[in-house]
Amino acid sequence: MVTEQDTALEAELRRLAGTVPDPELPVLTLEELGVLRAVHVTGPGSVEVDLTPTYTGCPAIEAMSADIERILHESGGMAEVTVRTVLAPAWSTDDISDEGRRKLAEFGIAPPRTTREVSGGGPIPLSLAIRCPHCGSVDTELLSRFSSTACKALRRCVACREPFDHFKEL
Amino acid sequence: MTATSVARTAALALGDDALVLSHRLGEWAGHAPVLEEEVALANIALDLLGQARILLSLVGDEDELAYLREERAFRNLQLVEQPNGDFAHTIARQLFFSTYQHLLYGRLAAGDGEFAPLAAKAVKETEYHRDHAEQWTLRLGDGTEESHARMQRAVDTLWRFTGEPFQPVEGLAEAPLVEEEWLASVTTVLERATLTVPEGPRTGAWAAGAGRQGLHTEPFGRMIAEMQHLHRSHPGATW
Repeated sequence: MVTEQDTALEAELRRLAGTVPDPELPVLTLEELGVLRAVHVTGPGSVEVDLTPTYTGCPAIEAMSADIERILHESGGMAEVTVRTVLAPAWSTDDISDEGRRKLAEFGIAPPRTTREVSGGGPIPLSLAIRCPHCGSVDTELLSRFSSTACKALRRCVACREPFDHFKEL
Repeated sequence: MTATSVARTAALALGDDALVLSHRLGEWAGHAPVLEEEVALANIALDLLGQARILLSLVGDEDELAYLREERAFRNLQLVEQPNGDFAHTIARQLFFSTYQHLLYGRLAAGDGEFAPLAAKAVKETEYHRDHAEQWTLRLGDGTEESHARMQRAVDTLWRFTGEPFQPVEGLAEAPLVEEEWLASVTTVLERATLTVPEGPRTGAWAAGAGRQGLHTEPFGRMIAEMQHLHRSHPGATW
């Protein structure tokens, strides 16, 4: 039976889990990245967390799980923390919050456009230009579809000549 | 979560495709023609490895399945086990396989079967893989005399492995349904790349069997020997 106390506790645990930084993009929290799906209190001192991967093979998911377990154990006072990986519904870059997008740009990574802004809804030629996070120019070109991690593409700014990562739409 | 018995056969087929191609692409690490391609091929390999882990876990213990099976227990397509060859060879293999996988996952994602959640996730990644292969096919085919000749040779060599993906697999009724679309899509890319679509059969009459039945081509044994030797030499070893 779910009591009001449980609901309040779940909200608090969710807030805590959401503060965990992404291990590969530490400027973002898991809440801002949008990978935290659900937090359920399953019994006294016992909680279950649903986490979704950004990419199927994303190696960061194991570090995220360990960090969630630790924070809910140490700061949330939960004795038993289970993190489950859920695939459906599939994560999309649309799940990254506005605050997350702002932080990415500040960090030097061009944030993903929402998939509504991309013509055809796929990774096909772009309708809305990608802005250089260094100088703000929209005159940028693709160097490689894959960059330092699976979720990013490598681009170069034609105006300031600096290369930069673009969090590509998924 | 484990699969029903019918889906196990299909999970093994799809999982082994992903695992074996992931390993082949990983062999490019340190050898790719440019740094960007090194990173691109490694990223595609990582996506495939993620699929393989999920699919093989539906069947049993992922490590045991990857490291302790004999050659004939693998159910991957002969296409994905073919050696990397030159860069054009790898790109032709990518074009053929990623087009197939993208169409198949698209179908699976639209259904409500056991693979729908994974397919819905992976189909967005395979679109990038397919696009990567298409861009390179255009660039090499419609490039220099040398790159055109190499790309054509790669397409011709691998053509006889492109019939197998559409053979029926138990629990995977969707595979034969995407053949027509596959042929149309690949033909469009090859023609745009000024390449000739081979006229030869897409399944060799000489073939002793198919990867889906556990019958593999000669290079596969050496590939899994390398893939498995560390685990077999040091059972239980961890990083």
